[in-house]
Amino acid sequence: MTGRVVDAALAREFGLNAEEYGRALAIMGRLPTLAELGIFSVMWSEHCSYKSSRVWLRQLPTAAPWVIHGPGENAGVVDIGDGLAAVFKMESHNHPSFIEPYQGAATGVGGILRDVFTMGARPIANLNALRFGDPSHPRTRRVVDGVVRGIGGYGNCVGVPTVGGEVNFHPAFDGNPLVNAMTVGIAPRDRIFLSAAAGIGNPVVYVGSKTGRDGIHGATMASAAFGEDSEAKRPTVQVGDPFTEKLLIEACLELMATDAIVAIQDMGAAGLTSSSVEMAGKGGVGILLDLDAVPQREHGMTAYEMMLSESQERMLMVLRPDRQDVARAIFEKWELDFAVIGRLTDTGRIVVRHQGRIEADIPLAPLADQAPLYHRPTAPPPPPPSLGAVADPAGLEAALLRLIGCPDLCSRAWIWDQYDATVGGQTVKRPGAADAAVVRIEGHRRALALTTDCTPRYCAADAEAGAAQAVAEAWRNLTAVGARPLAITDNLNFGNPERPEIMGQFASAVAGMAAACRALDFPVVSGNVSLYNETEGRSILPTPAVGGLGVLDDAAQAVGIALRPGLDLVLIGATAGHLGQSLWLREIAGQEAGSPPPVDLAAERRAGDFVRARILAGAVAACHDVSDGGLLVAVAEMALAGDAGCRLEAGPPNLPPHAFWFGEDQGRYVLAVADGAALLAAAAAAGVPAQRIGASGGGGLTLPGGATISLATLRRAHERFLPDWLGD
Amino acid sequence: MRAAIIVFPGINRERDMAIALAQSFGRAPRMVWHRDSDLDGLDLVVIPGGFSYGDYLRCGAMAAQSPVMQAVRAHAARGGYVLGVCNGFQILTEAGMLPGALLRNAGLRFVSRDCHLRVERADTAFTAHYQRGAVFRAPTAHGDGNYFADAATLDRLEGEGLVALRYAPPTGNPNGSVRDIAGILSPNLRVLGLMPHPEDLVDPLLGGADGRPLFDSLAATLAA
Repeated sequence: MTGRVVDAALAREFGLNAEEYGRALAIMGRLPTLAELGIFSVMWSEHCSYKSSRVWLRQLPTAAPWVIHGPGENAGVVDIGDGLAAVFKMESHNHPSFIEPYQGAATGVGGILRDVFTMGARPIANLNALRFGDPSHPRTRRVVDGVVRGIGGYGNCVGVPTVGGEVNFHPAFDGNPLVNAMTVGIAPRDRIFLSAAAGIGNPVVYVGSKTGRDGIHGATMASAAFGEDSEAKRPTVQVGDPFTEKLLIEACLELMATDAIVAIQDMGAAGLTSSSVEMAGKGGVGILLDLDAVPQREHGMTAYEMMLSESQERMLMVLRPDRQDVARAIFEKWELDFAVIGRLTDTGRIVVRHQGRIEADIPLAPLADQAPLYHRPTAPPPPPPSLGAVADPAGLEAALLRLIGCPDLCSRAWIWDQYDATVGGQTVKRPGAADAAVVRIEGHRRALALTTDCTPRYCAADAEAGAAQAVAEAWRNLTAVGARPLAITDNLNFGNPERPEIMGQFASAVAGMAAACRALDFPVVSGNVSLYNETEGRSILPTPAVGGLGVLDDAAQAVGIALRPGLDLVLIGATAGHLGQSLWLREIAGQEAGSPPPVDLAAERRAGDFVRARILAGAVAACHDVSDGGLLVAVAEMALAGDAGCRLEAGPPNLPPHAFWFGEDQGRYVLAVADGAALLAAAAAAGVPAQRIGASGGGGLTLPGGATISLATLRRAHERFLPDWLGD
Repeated sequence: MRAAIIVFPGINRERDMAIALAQSFGRAPRMVWHRDSDLDGLDLVVIPGGFSYGDYLRCGAMAAQSPVMQAVRAHAARGGYVLGVCNGFQILTEAGMLPGALLRNAGLRFVSRDCHLRVERADTAFTAHYQRGAVFRAPTAHGDGNYFADAATLDRLEGEGLVALRYAPPTGNPNGSVRDIAGILSPNLRVLGLMPHPEDLVDPLLGGADGRPLFDSLAATLAA
């Protein structure tokens, strides 16, 4: 790369179009250097600049009395009581995870952890939302295996429990899996660290791992679709070192207990470039970097390479000059590099020096203010094939056994068993035990409830309804454990924004999310947009993944899904038997058709508030929301989780049994309670639809027709798929 | 009675262990950074789980060479109690304080799920609050927990009654450990190494308190 002539052709190679390159020339008033062109190209990449999505994201509600910091910081921050704040965010590492599944997923976990501890929070939980290709596609097995190992390899080593997430399979992800990693941390409410630099002359300090040549132009790679040459992009994937990350967490938190830090920012996408530009830009100051002082892993690195490297486990800080020695001693204790690599200036420019030369000198304000912003054309996505009446080809028993063993509904134990879910000693509800993970806060009764949700097939059929559903389901899953939902982080995964129908999906999805967030008082406090999720012109299903966070004042009030004998089963919420886009329709009737189930946000809120109040009153033994697969699948999951059978009663006569038991109507919960009559009376008084559907007991699932499926048979059907496919 | 937890870089279950010890002992243990070497006046030294030095070499091999391990050896030689859990067990075998080695799990994957453990002897400082033959539950979280030793060593361990815990049904052996061995003792019964994490199951709210008797046993022994 050294010695390359800077021109429009090189700019295009770096991902800048002719107009964007012209703008950079105008700002500079001269031909940029190679390092300068690199800085422009990564700062103006889709990944860093959100140039296609920003105009739409403004619609999302971001405020609530409990929101301390919304989007714009490294992560969102909400007040959870007891003088504490939860700091959380979800971020994609889709492109790297396709090219190199293990490292792509591992560094995705590492990156999102840094976003959280950068703000002064100790990470207490990880979740991940994964979408893979069809299991029969020859590549999928390797991607699943590598991604799961990568997430485990990193998360287990840093000692942050992986407590939840979700997995879907669909051929639309064959060439472009989605790896969305979420981290949640806890900090004292009044000790949140931000990235805006301040104090002319203050030292700029680099800590963590040394800089190598890995990941150069990763942000640019993540801003383009894949062609047949994706394998050749492997050098743009970074390599993770979770041991160093663990040391970095401990060292940063130790330093944060002092008053040494003025500002701090992790070096994520676009590494030293984006961290220094953002810190100085937010603070309205200039910054001078001396690259000779940067700890380097390789010899002969150029300024261009150092500024664009995405080597992992690095942080940039602005320190109080009189506390520099305190900080150095802490990093020496943890055996991490600590180097003063520059200082803040009053020039309003980023100036990069290397080996006696000025390698870059760019005014910061225009680099930010004149960043491209596109209002790309949108076209309404085509409606899904319509769906008429569907006959039941299978019957309840056969359909249940197939559904509960299909890739989208089978047991995820093969995956969870590779993630350390208990480290930290605070995990109240582990994966599979409840609709949301529940993690207590050390030294407190308080606990957080955490979930990730999205149903991409709904979003493909109707992006607005599907995105609203994703928000509602996250809210419902938090409610189902008894938590008060507080806020979400979103991870918007879409195809190529330059195609109007993709941009149409994006715009509709944001509108749907915004409406649901507003109706449920569930603001967006952080997020990430991942576009260009396409391979060879084929787009993924639109996937606006939602990471939800709620709070329980007392962890002992959390309920799980495990059934026990001797309880009444009551369905809360209205059932219309909606089969469009249901898993039953796809797996049993062989169709992907119809509109997704509508979300009635007012009914959602009424039902959820009712359920939460019953849980907190101690009247609910188990609770499970009704989602993928419908009511019968929900009941079967409760029976398996508790190793307790149940006997189900016939549904309403006006609905075909398969529509009642497998329809995916929204806003519903199954509650197991000691006193079903009292629950029905309370629901009637609250104006919430409720009906008794059966009672627990026995060693099997007895269907309304009288047939009983033993729990052992059900369990075999549920647990077989992943181990058979991927190996025990 | 005074307990300390040794913290190597990359150890990550020191907080879990501290909570479990504090609950049974009624006072918080001392946290000892690996560069310290003063273990005087301690009754119990605990090496907790994690990934010391990233386990980038053999698990526990780097930590076993750390200066503090000289002090741990001296503590054991004085008849002090030592508990090594997971990475701590690996470190004790690498340091030669317990025989055998922990290999990659037979399934070649990280295993994180509850296992069942049978108490092989209940007359030790670690197990006195269990019944002999009792089966209790404990979380596992390891990639290298496959206990191995040669046949002569195994025969000696079993002959001298130094197998403290074995994997038991219903979950069985999660990692391929030879003769289902999950935890072993030193000849003076004062050093215990085990792979599972009883410290993560000491609170009914977190799914059970099956691990608590181990810490209660230690507290009672050391108080006596």
